[in-house]
Amino acid sequence: MGGCCGEVGERAKGRANLQSPTNGSVTRTRTVAVVGPPNTGKSTFFNRLTGASARVANWPGMTVDITTARVLAGGAMVRMADLPGIYTLDGHSDDEALVRTFLSTVALDAIVVIVNASRIELQLPLVLAVKATGVPVLLAVNMTDEATKLGIVLDTPALAAALGSPVIAVSAKYGQGMADAKRALDRLLDVHIAPVVADLDCVTERNAREREAARLVAAHVHVPATLPAGVTAKLDRVLLHRWLGVPLFFVVMFAMFQLVFGVGVPLQDAMKWLLDGLKSGIVAPLFANAPPLVASFVLDGLIDGVGTVLTFVPLMAVFFAGMALIEDSGYLSRAAWLMDALMGRLGLDGRAFVMQLMGFGCNVPALMATRVLRNRAARLLSMLVIPFSLCSARLQVFLFMTMAIFSPIAAPIVLFSLYVASFGAAFLTAAVWRRRYASHEPMMMELPPYRLPTASMVVAEAWRATWHFLSRASGFIVAGVLLIWVLTHLPPGAATAGPQTPAGHLAAWLSPIMSPLGIDPVMSITLLFGFVAKEIVLGGLAVVLGAGSDQLAGVIAARLDWVSAMSFMIFTLVYTPCLSAVATLHNEAKSLRFTALAVLWPLALAWVSSFVFYQMARALGL
Amino acid sequence: MNLSLDHLLPDHSAAIVSVSATGMASERMAALGLIPGKRVAVLRRAPFGGPLHLSIGPAELMIRRADARAILLDHVHAVKTGRRR
Repeated sequence: MGGCCGEVGERAKGRANLQSPTNGSVTRTRTVAVVGPPNTGKSTFFNRLTGASARVANWPGMTVDITTARVLAGGAMVRMADLPGIYTLDGHSDDEALVRTFLSTVALDAIVVIVNASRIELQLPLVLAVKATGVPVLLAVNMTDEATKLGIVLDTPALAAALGSPVIAVSAKYGQGMADAKRALDRLLDVHIAPVVADLDCVTERNAREREAARLVAAHVHVPATLPAGVTAKLDRVLLHRWLGVPLFFVVMFAMFQLVFGVGVPLQDAMKWLLDGLKSGIVAPLFANAPPLVASFVLDGLIDGVGTVLTFVPLMAVFFAGMALIEDSGYLSRAAWLMDALMGRLGLDGRAFVMQLMGFGCNVPALMATRVLRNRAARLLSMLVIPFSLCSARLQVFLFMTMAIFSPIAAPIVLFSLYVASFGAAFLTAAVWRRRYASHEPMMMELPPYRLPTASMVVAEAWRATWHFLSRASGFIVAGVLLIWVLTHLPPGAATAGPQTPAGHLAAWLSPIMSPLGIDPVMSITLLFGFVAKEIVLGGLAVVLGAGSDQLAGVIAARLDWVSAMSFMIFTLVYTPCLSAVATLHNEAKSLRFTALAVLWPLALAWVSSFVFYQMARALGL
Repeated sequence: MNLSLDHLLPDHSAAIVSVSATGMASERMAALGLIPGKRVAVLRRAPFGGPLHLSIGPAELMIRRADARAILLDHVHAVKTGRRR
């Protein structure tokens, strides 16, 4: 702890005065970091402040992705970085180490620290620690709407004077105070011209910061003696009930699937009608005089393959909206509480269950979320089970197959049973490998009060997740379906996926392995491509079977009975995750042996589960 | 003789006397407000040896019973919280 610490701010100010605050004359790009604890609405705040320009990118010199955005502030272009949520600057988790590395290597013009208004006493020590590093600080006190309901009142001007930094009360969720926050950032950047590298040696000892925080809160924050017994307590009495809690959670999830079908299917029909009109009305006449091979390539390859995938986009958007609704309401952290006893027995914890639910969108961010687990064994075990989580790419295959094969009443039940099977595979995997990856990770987390999700946030999240799926998957899908078209339609004149085509040869080779599962050799080709990305499976099916989005369901229903279809779906659910998940897994674990295990174990498990299911169903005469 | 947090009955509250956790666990406890002097209430316990649901000040949190063992309470002054939560 050098004697310089108190003077860092003064030095910066001195320099600023020398150059004089010349509005708008700074031409270089300036850098601002956003720092705060988890559950403070940090990302919502970041998105509000930066508009829609945020993107996830690899920061130069950092090995992990950081969300960044460019905004105009203080008369200059400002690069904003949304750092991962942390509780302390001196902590030992990967995220805390990442923030420390970032702060000690990147010269910053300002740090925006965001805290939760109703948790300010516990979070002020982090503010004090950041303040001590010498970088100019803007404190954004978020969730003031909730704090006001709890009767918590902040004297922001007095707190700002005591801290020596601007303090702005905001509600990022409702957009209140965001203009003030932007203005305060402009002013801060106007005054402090030179960027500063944070001096982490100046961070004072924890107890001293806690005492200082308690003193500031006592002086400037009014906390009512007894808090209103709120809606949260009433809801928890039911939702966290000793015996009803877990069944209720499954009822809620099941209701969501009913909603997905109820709202999504009419939207999907509209999409189908639109694409069909496009194909027969515009594209088909365009290629009427083209050579048959070219016309087939475009109509049967590109349009049928990609079109089939596109018809599921509305359904997925509805699903993501439902997930956002549950996540924003605060119910997901309750799910961690409800499931922790079970997860603990499997060598995991409640957070792994939540990551499993996150994996419903895409396994890749869920795999990255395991960084909150500090213990390597706990992380590896979580990463081994997450790929069984039924991601959006698999969802799209299952939505299609269940609707093609099962009655409208049975379809949601079958889909729900696939989710149950997804957890079954994950739990089985954890039970088998828990001794190999045993850990003692401490497990404690905040249970935020229930929040009423706003329509705009739910819509924004549905849009973001759907767009993410499309932008990530579109390249894979187009390349995949085209490759499948080549393998199934060449040489010219051969029957689609017939024995002379490359696909036919592959199918013949795969047949001894796949036929005991009731999976038709031609359909197993699509599974082969599904290893690259499960997004290709459905588009691939359309191309292999030579059917567009309107007839594919009929072709599938005529080709498969429900037992074979179910076996196909079980295999698709369990087998090796897509290439991007494998790449992420390897990148996070950095162990070839572990990556090999994560590839081979699901493959073996998929084959055995499909085999057992198919042979048992047939033995029962189904 | 102090009582550890995992033994505090639901709907009771007591003041924290000491926290004997180390490393990461102690950092998390401090960040969540589980520090000596604070008053903590057990709202409910999950069945099958599952985690505790605590309230501390305006916040609520979950903690595993194994981790809660490190937190000792002043059990002489433990009180039954009036309202059923």
